[in-house]
Amino acid sequence: MTTALLEIENVHGYYGKSHILQGVNLEVRAGEVVTLLGRNGAGKTSTLKSISGLLSPSDGRVRFAGTDVTGWRPHKIAQRGLALVPENRGIFGLLTVEENLRIAERKGSPWSLKDVYRIFPRLEERRRNGGGQLSGGEQQMLSIARALLNAPKLLMLDEPVEGLAPVIVDEIVDQIKKIRATGVPILLVEQNLAVCTELADRHYILELGRVVYHGTHDEFAADEATKDRYLGVKAH
Amino acid sequence: MIYLFQLVNGIGLGMLYFLLAVGLSIIFGLLHFVNFAHGTFYLLGAYFVYDMTERGLNFWAALLVAPFIVAGLAALTESVLLRRIYHLPHTFHILVTVGLALMVQELVIILWGPVGGNVSTPGALSGVLMLGDFIYPQYRLFVIGLTLVLAIGLWWLLEGTRLGAVVRAGSESTDMVSLLGIDILRVNTAVFALGAGLAGLAGALAAPIRGVEPFMGVEALGIAFVVVVIGGMGSYTGALIAGLLVGIVQSIMTTLWPEGARLMIYLGMGLVILTMPRGLLGRA
Repeated sequence: MTTALLEIENVHGYYGKSHILQGVNLEVRAGEVVTLLGRNGAGKTSTLKSISGLLSPSDGRVRFAGTDVTGWRPHKIAQRGLALVPENRGIFGLLTVEENLRIAERKGSPWSLKDVYRIFPRLEERRRNGGGQLSGGEQQMLSIARALLNAPKLLMLDEPVEGLAPVIVDEIVDQIKKIRATGVPILLVEQNLAVCTELADRHYILELGRVVYHGTHDEFAADEATKDRYLGVKAH
Repeated sequence: MIYLFQLVNGIGLGMLYFLLAVGLSIIFGLLHFVNFAHGTFYLLGAYFVYDMTERGLNFWAALLVAPFIVAGLAALTESVLLRRIYHLPHTFHILVTVGLALMVQELVIILWGPVGGNVSTPGALSGVLMLGDFIYPQYRLFVIGLTLVLAIGLWWLLEGTRLGAVVRAGSESTDMVSLLGIDILRVNTAVFALGAGLAGLAGALAAPIRGVEPFMGVEALGIAFVVVVIGGMGSYTGALIAGLLVGIVQSIMTTLWPEGARLMIYLGMGLVILTMPRGLLGRA
């Protein structure tokens, strides 16, 4: 049996008074791509935030590579190798593209600036541009590239292709495949089912702050009823 | 000739104002923290130099040491007290820092008396420079030179180093900086101490020119806010330009209309607020 790299056990979380996570359980094993699906407001982003320390779980455990990191400050968790590429991409507009990358560089990362430029050639073309001058797709690439330089042992991507043109979506999906091929496990939050099924080994579905479905890629692909029930009209 | 003299005076004054205000501006940009105790660092810098030279210490040694003591005290205050109130509304920042400023001011009066004193100009620079008709005190030229070098060094620190990039990044999103594995609380303390140390240095440099008195911190705070409002919150270049502008206007007005020198500065600030609320170089 493979041991889990990341284990989320019965995690609860609040935003003010609203009980947004109501006991989330999931795990990611070495080398896997796992997706977290669900409607808006189901708690997908909050789950990622509670893993990365931006949202402190009120109950439950987050274990990463054998260490209990529940309640740790975000930079400590990041230093352990849990990298979050947030939904808003978090690009620093006052910094150039290259400065955005440089502040993320960490000793011991298997990825160098050259490596990420090879995966994302557009970033090298725009290295002297300000972060604020990039298109949505380029911002997403920069955000992922930055996470790679941060020596990730697990990459969390929050809706990486949301709002992007189809041709850019294809480009980013190819890039994520290249990253997957290097063996970095990925926890992916995504609304675009086509992207999810193309990339993932396993799927979880969240609803109202709880995991309501869990299945392998093949099980999920065949299960139209589940897609209809939890993901609604968007399934295509 | 009198105008040239006042112009050079204004540049010297303006560079000191820049040194005083740039920390306030960067601290606001990074921490969104309104620090009404910023003038206190200027006050302490001046008094530390005063005290050390009174005890017979060499002026240059005092000038070197005083800003570091101020920075150390600021780092301590930041990590023990101020970081706990960053998340509260600005009114709380003002309440706490005004309280701090008053406490320190009273402490200064208790320790050194209400009258203040003078710091003599260091021997090597107590003379004047004569260029034809133009006569100018050497110490003031030294102040201009030193502050210029510091301004360039600071610009390099902010624009050319990794720490500077982190500071600029932190002014946009502290969460994202944390997500990259950087301890933002340590960065905050370092930046706060740096800003305070620069204000302390401004006070230390000003001490031989204007002497020391317990209320110089309040006056400095007013000037620092004028500079930051005119230049734009969080902007290095804004603080530099506005510092020089305020210094030169104040200096030249001293010749034209001495009673109105201060008034002009605040009028200028009012004009900037009315026409460009973000300041000359401020960002949203």
